[in-house]
Amino acid sequence: MLAVPAALTGAFALLPLVYLVIRALERGPAFAWGVVSADRTAGLLGNSLRLTVVVVVATWVLGVSLAWLTERTALPAARLWAVLATLPLAVPSYVMSFSWLSAFPGISGFTGAAVALSLACFPYVYLPVAAVLRGADPALEEAARSLGHGPWRTFRSVTLPQLRPAAVGGGLLVALYVMSDFGAVSLMRYDTFTRAIHTSYRASFDRTPAAALGCVLVLITVALVVAERRTRGRARYDRTGRGSARPAQRMPLGRAARTAALGWSAAVALAAVAFPVGTLCYWIAVGNSATWAPGPLWEAAVATVGVAAAGAVVTVLLAVPVAVLSVRHRGPLARTLEHASFAGHALPGITVALAFVFLAVRYAEPLYQQWPLLVLAYAALFLPLALTGVRAALLQAPESLEEAARSLGRGPFATLREVTLPLAAPGIAAGAALTFVVIMKELPATLLLRPTGMDTLATRLWTHTDNFAFAAAAPYALTLVLIAAVPSYLLGRHRP
Amino acid sequence: MTDLSVRALTAGYGKAPVLDRLDLDIPSGRLTAVLGPSGCGKTTLLRCVAGFLRPADGTVTVAGRIVAGPGRHVPPERRAVGIVAQEGALFPHLTVARNVGFGLTSLPRAERAPRVEAMLELVGLAGLGSRMPHELSGGQQQRVALARALAPRPSVVLLDEPFNALDTALRGDLRDDVRAALAATGSTGVLVTHDQEEALSWADHIAVLRQGRVAQHGSPQELYAEPVDPWVASFLGDAVLLPGRHEGGRVLTALGAHPLTPGSDSRLTVGTAVLRPEQLQLCSAEAAPVRGSVTRVRFHGHDALVAVALADGTTVRVRHPGPVSVVPGDETGLRVQGAAALRATAADPPGAAGGPTKKSTDRPPRAGLPTG
Repeated sequence: MLAVPAALTGAFALLPLVYLVIRALERGPAFAWGVVSADRTAGLLGNSLRLTVVVVVATWVLGVSLAWLTERTALPAARLWAVLATLPLAVPSYVMSFSWLSAFPGISGFTGAAVALSLACFPYVYLPVAAVLRGADPALEEAARSLGHGPWRTFRSVTLPQLRPAAVGGGLLVALYVMSDFGAVSLMRYDTFTRAIHTSYRASFDRTPAAALGCVLVLITVALVVAERRTRGRARYDRTGRGSARPAQRMPLGRAARTAALGWSAAVALAAVAFPVGTLCYWIAVGNSATWAPGPLWEAAVATVGVAAAGAVVTVLLAVPVAVLSVRHRGPLARTLEHASFAGHALPGITVALAFVFLAVRYAEPLYQQWPLLVLAYAALFLPLALTGVRAALLQAPESLEEAARSLGRGPFATLREVTLPLAAPGIAAGAALTFVVIMKELPATLLLRPTGMDTLATRLWTHTDNFAFAAAAPYALTLVLIAAVPSYLLGRHRP
Repeated sequence: MTDLSVRALTAGYGKAPVLDRLDLDIPSGRLTAVLGPSGCGKTTLLRCVAGFLRPADGTVTVAGRIVAGPGRHVPPERRAVGIVAQEGALFPHLTVARNVGFGLTSLPRAERAPRVEAMLELVGLAGLGSRMPHELSGGQQQRVALARALAPRPSVVLLDEPFNALDTALRGDLRDDVRAALAATGSTGVLVTHDQEEALSWADHIAVLRQGRVAQHGSPQELYAEPVDPWVASFLGDAVLLPGRHEGGRVLTALGAHPLTPGSDSRLTVGTAVLRPEQLQLCSAEAAPVRGSVTRVRFHGHDALVAVALADGTTVRVRHPGPVSVVPGDETGLRVQGAAALRATAADPPGAAGGPTKKSTDRPPRAGLPTG
């Protein structure tokens, strides 16, 4: 019975992909191959991959080190640092770029893009790794210690392997983000694959080259996802024992270690949160009332919150049937639907947007440049994000409780409504909050699909930064960061 | 009259069936324990009865209605089968009262609260309805789980090792209270357990499961006195198993000649004689017909188990009440009281490693000592 909404979701998620392939092959495979095999393409691809590798490694270092410090050591004010490590979620990568660029124009290029993206993306690693460290059974580490391993060896041989799935999963999200990022690399003037797709689309009305390049991006993404699956291997990482977990002992820090730990945490928070916010405040201070008016700012803020909220709700609603099916009724159908729903991961915002433009113009003219179409595009883009959250939340509701409800006379739907969903609600809400933040920051699809005359904070600030009007862009950027900080802060405090 | 009847039930996960054409009748209004070592299929049986697992073949009848059979699968919510899960499975987001009232949707609203209160009183938790599950102790949680299962007045209540997670002192009390609550409501209770002591002391009837089939079914006394084979004998309590020979209505073993139990097959001439350690007594070595040397003394407080090696190398165990005066190395005499059961010796002697296809978990956990 759940299969019908789940199948609809899967089909919906595949729409942009189908569009992409049709478009790419519109002028024959030879033409598409010509575009893909051009010399420039290989160079761009190299640029993209280089940036991805560097950013993923940097986010691993930042995310794992901060997670360990905040969860497992006697770091003073650990809760504060934990919140600060989540807050970069609220800073869009192009705002990060903008603030660094406006302070240090020389950073432009590869270095700038790598710095901005690493600082903006490391919470994707920090959050899952910190969650695993919090939930891991301390008995395992105690066993290693009692078997003669020192603290450092225990961390390497017991703790790190437990963190691997979370770190690799977070790294995958970072890699996908970097591969399809448009804002940060454009501001930093670093030529990547996604930027080339954008340029190619802007350069002419011929969509075929852009679609052909998009297909290459899809293939790379598929390769990344498959690689991540491979690393999961056969080991299980959940708790084998029963009973409630004891919280782990925090490692005491000596004077020197404490200073170093505090210094590192503070340096990251400074670079990723305080610095961008400070720069924005500086630009607001040097600007004058002529550069920005409260009216458009208010309108943009309202529009942003409106579409982001609608997008988050629709995305989560679409994700629930697929997640329930994949968690409770494992089988080929459920697996296929789950994979289909992950298609959005593979597609940069611009291609999804193009697909929806195409479909609307052809088949649903009245929807074109209306906000429902924008909301649907968000849903297609961020379905994987919501799905991951909803799935994890559903796994928190033990099956034995559902069985108890069934034996007490509840049908499958009543059980879902009265037992499973209430138990999963906090996790589902967290998934919605994350989707909300990500939609707020979304740029390429919003630029293309927003209704005529509607501006979001992101599009406003983009128009201004494109012209290096930093003082004019700053108020929009700051408002965006402040609004996004609220759900980000809650996410950092959410304890699954 | 039976509330639960299982016929030729075959079920499992994947290819190899866990239940193999199992037949079982549970008498109404009585408490039955389904006892077996881990891996014997008792949990699979419970899930088939509850409706969480579709059997491959066979039928399950609850209160005269076929709920699982060829082409028929009644979903769990329409079976009227209550369940008390291993760790209670209380809904953590609902209060105790709402947990207990969860299955009462068909009851008129006005009758729900009094029924909930009555059920909580029945399990000794009157007045705790407004608590949340996590505010209760483990034993209290199990009581709530029982009240919740009993509230809709199901025909059968299945208890899935519900006392496992509790400490020993608490377990005894809770067992008695659960027994009383089930009896008070006239419910048919089925307790699934691997703990033979629990089964013997708790149930009116015991069904011993082995490798997906019922090895023996009867009252605890019957099963203890007349185990159907050496495996059941050593699974249900301690057993002294000795090679025996039937001669003129008596069984001859290394311990002497013993009367034959009424349940023994008189046509069997050679087999395994089953005695219980409490039938053996220590006495002074001089006057005794059988002698041996003490090899080990295991003190239990109320009694002690003394292992004695006989002259032919066989070791037997003696349950000696009260304080023991012997120590390992002492020479002692042995006397036997009561009858011995004579059973066909199994191809796989209990306590020894089984045949090549037999998993080690099929071995009874408290098998008797090697019988030579």
